[in-house]
Parts: sequence; structure tokens; C-alpha cells
Amino acid sequence: MSEMLIGLYVFVLATLAGKEVISKVPPTLHTPLMSGANAISGIAVIGALIVTGVAETPVVRWLGAAGIVMATINVVGGFMVTDRMLRMFKKG
Amino acid sequence: MDTTVIAHLALLASAFLFVSGIKQLSSPATARSGNARAALAMLVAVVVTVLQNEILSWPIVAASVVAGALAGSFLARTIKMTAMPQLVAVFNGFGGGASAAVAGAEFLRVAGGGATLPAAEGATIVLGTLIGAVTLSGSFIAYGKLQGIVTGNPVVFPLQKTANAILFLGILVAGAALTVGDPTPEMYFALAGAALVLGVLLVIPIGGADMPVVVSLLNSYSGLAAAATGFALGNMILIIAGALVGASGLILTQIMCKAMNRSLANVAFGAFGAEGPKAKLKTGERPVRDVDAEQAAMILAYASSVAVVPGYGLAVAQAQHELKKVCDMLQERGVTVRFGIHPVAGRMPGHMNVLLAEADVSYDQLLDLDEINPEFGSTDVVLVVGANDVVNPAARDPDSVIAGMPILDVDRARSVIVMKRSLSAGFAGIDNDLFYMDNTMMFFGDAKQAMSDLVREVREA
Repeated sequence: MSEMLIGLYVFVLATLAGKEVISKVPPTLHTPLMSGANAISGIAVIGALIVTGVAETPVVRWLGAAGIVMATINVVGGFMVTDRMLRMFKKG
Repeated sequence: MDTTVIAHLALLASAFLFVSGIKQLSSPATARSGNARAALAMLVAVVVTVLQNEILSWPIVAASVVAGALAGSFLARTIKMTAMPQLVAVFNGFGGGASAAVAGAEFLRVAGGGATLPAAEGATIVLGTLIGAVTLSGSFIAYGKLQGIVTGNPVVFPLQKTANAILFLGILVAGAALTVGDPTPEMYFALAGAALVLGVLLVIPIGGADMPVVVSLLNSYSGLAAAATGFALGNMILIIAGALVGASGLILTQIMCKAMNRSLANVAFGAFGAEGPKAKLKTGERPVRDVDAEQAAMILAYASSVAVVPGYGLAVAQAQHELKKVCDMLQERGVTVRFGIHPVAGRMPGHMNVLLAEADVSYDQLLDLDEINPEFGSTDVVLVVGANDVVNPAARDPDSVIAGMPILDVDRARSVIVMKRSLSAGFAGIDNDLFYMDNTMMFFGDAKQAMSDLVREVREA
């Protein structure tokens, strides 16, 4: 089986798993959910690290570096701001 | 065991941590550790990737990571909670941009070496570029609209949909040419540029009031773009994390559309949701009962149960902290106080809850639409602050323009105090019958001033 097809299986199953856990998040936490999911979309940093690491031409290297900068902003900023919000949710 | 197997097991653990981290977001009590878990998952994925792949250009990689981390942490620490939708839009844009950059770099690496791209890989590169670039430019337009840099009104011009459709078709044709033909870097950059333009064109005709839907949808796109690059690179953790975000954004988009009683197609193409000045309503004929701060304080202080319905007007006036003081004093007098929060009370899903949490309101006092609606019948007083359409009983009238929109049934309470600047209409542009009902009292004034007057009067009551 090709890697593409395996990827497709993984994609569909991960979407279903995501739908299950995300639909249980209460409305009160929808903003932290969104900013947390946002941080997770910074997973693109993995791709950026891979392509920059093996870059042989300047254009590819700079494009990859731009990817790393943008994805790291997303990851670090996203998880930090989500934590900042969740810290404020207190009981009683 | 060979290191590749260990690396794959570590990435599997990372995938598990992502899913279980999101699962912990199902309760405010565990949410913080859930977020930490997801961050740990990301760290594992990054460490494994760095160890498993040869990095030829360490200085540039390290400098990029440090620059991104510094910028991200600065934004996260300094942003005001009211500006959270803008920040999420910006982060979304960067996520999409990063995926587009990865797709571009991968394309240039393979095609630049003179090799022909396998069709399937080429297609995922085109998809990653297209979705990523649309997310990047669309998110920055959404940011501009939320921030007031770009007009909140829908920007429409003749043949707009035709122009968008032609641009989209052009991108598809160019994308197909890239995957089957003899691709050049110029063709690739033309495609990326066209996708950036498409992102702008898709968001400008959408009104500022509809930005919560747009931001949710772009959130979903940023995940799908990451998943597409995962297919291009044959990387499972990219596919998994991307799919999770794609699902999350899609679910939130559906929730927001339902709460606004609109279809996604109507939001995207309706050029609705203007934020401009409202038409004057003929409201002079119908009498309203108005109260001042002292009377409102008396009614609230001698109630046994109070429900507060906050709207975005409260956040604009920055009156959450005064509201919290009023609620504290009422609770000290033995009044039960709860908050009924409509999904579109803020500028993004759940925004109002964050603003109230910032003002130290306990999260178990925050009830959503389904939880609070059955309670209104047994509530003495509802205090509506800066909300309008979401409490308009016209939604139950099948002939109304807002027919079927989910509303908070505040009119079922014994009495209602509406704190509002004037009788002007909300986003829907229609009059609100609630204001003229026998059990409704209007407390006119700017939310901040009126709320501080209320603090003083409740203290003396």
C-alpha cells in the first residue's frame, strides 16, 4: 500500500477521533479550544524543519526558514496564550 | 530496536498526547493540563524530527526558532483579552503561511533538481499551497476587520462572484499543470500569488459581525493545510495534528452558523453582517418603562435569583469588572446569581466566557444557552447588558427575519432589566419586542457608567 493511502486512512481516522473529543468541549471553553487548536496547527513547524534541514539552494532555505518562524510564532504564542486564558478560569 | 522504530513510537505517543490533551479540554478543571499535554506532544514531535532528520543549516534553523518563539511569546503575554479574536486570526494566518512555505520549499527542492513530481505528491503540494496561502491572506483581512483597520462593512463590487470563480478555476488549472506538466518555479509562485489574492477576495465581502465564523473556518483551513503538507512529506504526525485542527475548526464553524441562524453559504456569499450605522427605527409610538440606577438596584437587591445576560456591548464598554462587583454584592445579600451566555455573545465562540473569567467570575456560574433557558421561568430578575438580537423574542415568530435563531428566553423571567444606550436595533436591524413588554424595564446609559452607578446603589440598598 502506498504511503499516500496509509496517510488517507490516518487522516480520516484522526478526523473522526478529533470530532469525538472536540464535540465534548463545553461552549465556555470554545475560545481556549480555538487558540489551542491553533497552536496545534503550528505542527507545520515539523515540515518546515525537515525541508529547511535538507535545503540545498538559498530560495528553499529561506522559504523553509520563513516557515519555521511563522510556525514557531503559532506554536509558542498559541500554547502560551491558551494557558494564560485557562489560568483565569477559576471556581468559586 | 532501530532508531526509526523508536522515533515512530515517540511520534505515536505524541499523537496520543494531542488527542488526550484535547479531551481534557472537556472541563475547565482539567483544561490547563490538557493544554500542557498538547504542548508536550508538540515538543516530542519537534525533538524527534530534529534528531531523525539531517539538519544541514543549523544556524538559520536555530535563529528562526528563536525569532518565532520570542515574537510568539511577546504577543501571547501582551495581548488584551478583548483582542483575542484578532490574535487567533493572526496566529491562524501564520499557521497557514507556514504550511504554504513548507509546500513551496518541497516543490522547489524536488522540481528544482530537475526531477518530475509524482502526480499524487504534486497534488498535495498544490493543495497545501492553495489552502495555506488562502488562510494566510484571509486571516490578515479578518484581523484587519476585527481591529477596524479594514472596513467592517462587506466590500462588494460588480461580478465579484464571477471574478472569484474565474480566479479559483485559474488556480485549479495552474495546479493541474504543475502536477502533470513540466513545472517551473515561476508557475509555482504564480499559483501561490493567485491563492493569496483569492484569500483576500473571499474575506472582504464578509461583514465584520460575521468574523467569528470566518475565523473558525480559517482555523479549520490552517489544520487542513498542515495535513496536506503531511501528505506531501509522507509525515503521519503532520497529518494527524492537521486533521484534529481541521475537525475542530469545522465543528466551531457549524456551531457559530447555527447560533447566528445562518448557513455557511449565506455567511460566505451573503455580503451580510454590516457593522455600519443602523437605520433609525420608528420606536416612538410604543411606551417603555424606564428605571434609574437606584430603582434597578432595589429590584436586584430584593430578588432571590438573578440571571445576567451579557452581550458584546459589555465588553466594548469594559464594564465586566463593575458587573462582577454588583454580582458579588448581590451574592453577599443571598441572591443567587448566574450568567446566561449566548454563543455569539462575544467576537468569537466562547469569548464572553474568557472576558468574565478575566473579571474573576467563577466558571460554574457561566451557563450556556441550553443550560440557562429552562431556568428563566423561575428567575426573578434578568439583567441584560449590551445584548439585543440574542434576547429578541421575534425569533419565535416564523415571519420574522430572525425566525428560528436560538435565543435566550429572558422574557419568561418575572422581570427583565435591559441596560442599553438607546432603543436602537442590533445587527439584525429589527426592533426588539422585549423592550416594550410589561415586565421589562429599560435602564438607559453607557454600560460602564450605568454599571458603576449600579455598584454604588446596590451598596446602599
